[in-house]
Amino acid sequence: MHEMSLAISIVELVSEKAQAAGARKVTAIELEVGRLSGLMAEALAFCFEAAARNTLAEGAELLIREIDGRGNCLACDHSFVVGSLLAQCPECGGYAVEIVQGKELKVVSLTVDEEDE
Amino acid sequence: MCDSCGCSQPENSVTITRPGQASSGTDAADHHHTHHGRLVEVREAVLGKNDGIAAHNRDFFREKRIVALNLVSSPGSGKTTILERTIRELRGEIPMAVIEGDQQTMLDAERIDATGVPVVQVNTGAGCHLDADMVHQALHQMEPEENSLLFIENVGNLVCPAMFDLGEAAKVVIISVTEGEDKPLKYPAMFDAASLCLINKTDLLPHVDFDVARCREYALRVNHHLEFFEISARTGEGMPGWLAWLRSQIRRV
Repeated sequence: MHEMSLAISIVELVSEKAQAAGARKVTAIELEVGRLSGLMAEALAFCFEAAARNTLAEGAELLIREIDGRGNCLACDHSFVVGSLLAQCPECGGYAVEIVQGKELKVVSLTVDEEDE
Repeated sequence: MCDSCGCSQPENSVTITRPGQASSGTDAADHHHTHHGRLVEVREAVLGKNDGIAAHNRDFFREKRIVALNLVSSPGSGKTTILERTIRELRGEIPMAVIEGDQQTMLDAERIDATGVPVVQVNTGAGCHLDADMVHQALHQMEPEENSLLFIENVGNLVCPAMFDLGEAAKVVIISVTEGEDKPLKYPAMFDAASLCLINKTDLLPHVDFDVARCREYALRVNHHLEFFEISARTGEGMPGWLAWLRSQIRRV
């Protein structure tokens, strides 16, 4: 359940940024999550709710933008969408595939309510 | 797809499938949200803080010419026994130190302590992996020697430790022949993250159905850079290859 650690990391990062921006409350958090990042979105949402309690991020909505995995075949140079780290080239059947996209795990932006609202 | 922000609902990451069936995702819930208030750009990695501490650990290792190896596997693959054997074989030749990670107990640290090399036990409580800060704190407790090997025995778990950089030179994944040879297919993230794979308990091969060649083939499908050594930490069989690899890592720094 590394999702709990990740949820805590998200809350820490978000709280820091929200405070710096003079926010009273975070209403939404936009995340970029690669489909090969090893993160389960459902588990993250569940852990986030607990991790955000009594912080500026409490009750914030997680907006998860998933990023497709993409691989380049080292044998035939074909570029294709991959669904798992166990990627087979659809052109030549090779397994020597360089994963070039899909491991992202990033906080993109926050939506905040201002201090003086 | 959400019209207002372009985000997609986190759907289909859990699939429920009967053998012979195509995977079907769980039903995606209705997706409602509104956006108001001020937008604050962040664009930072969720694990940025961990990665920063890992970079700090890595700088320390480089400065002291320490080769740090992160040993990862399921529980019971023989990580501690491999370390005991490795320490016995290299003692007097290369200075070594160990950071032990477990949820509870000092048991592994006591086993390493009996070999005479410096050891610190990190107990993670409920935590399923070591992170860079735990290693950083452990380093402050032990001050490893220059030109040494530092073994970091991660919490026995073939999933979570793959995500957390500790500052190590390499991850070494261990699989024992009492496990299934299909582990690399079932848990690809760890085999993807590792540089070296030790196949342990080879003395038991006559008694189990484990197919070493197939295990290697599966692991190479996930990570075509992976190197292998087949060893028995109990009998010492195959250990020279692993020990030679360790010596080569020390010479490289």
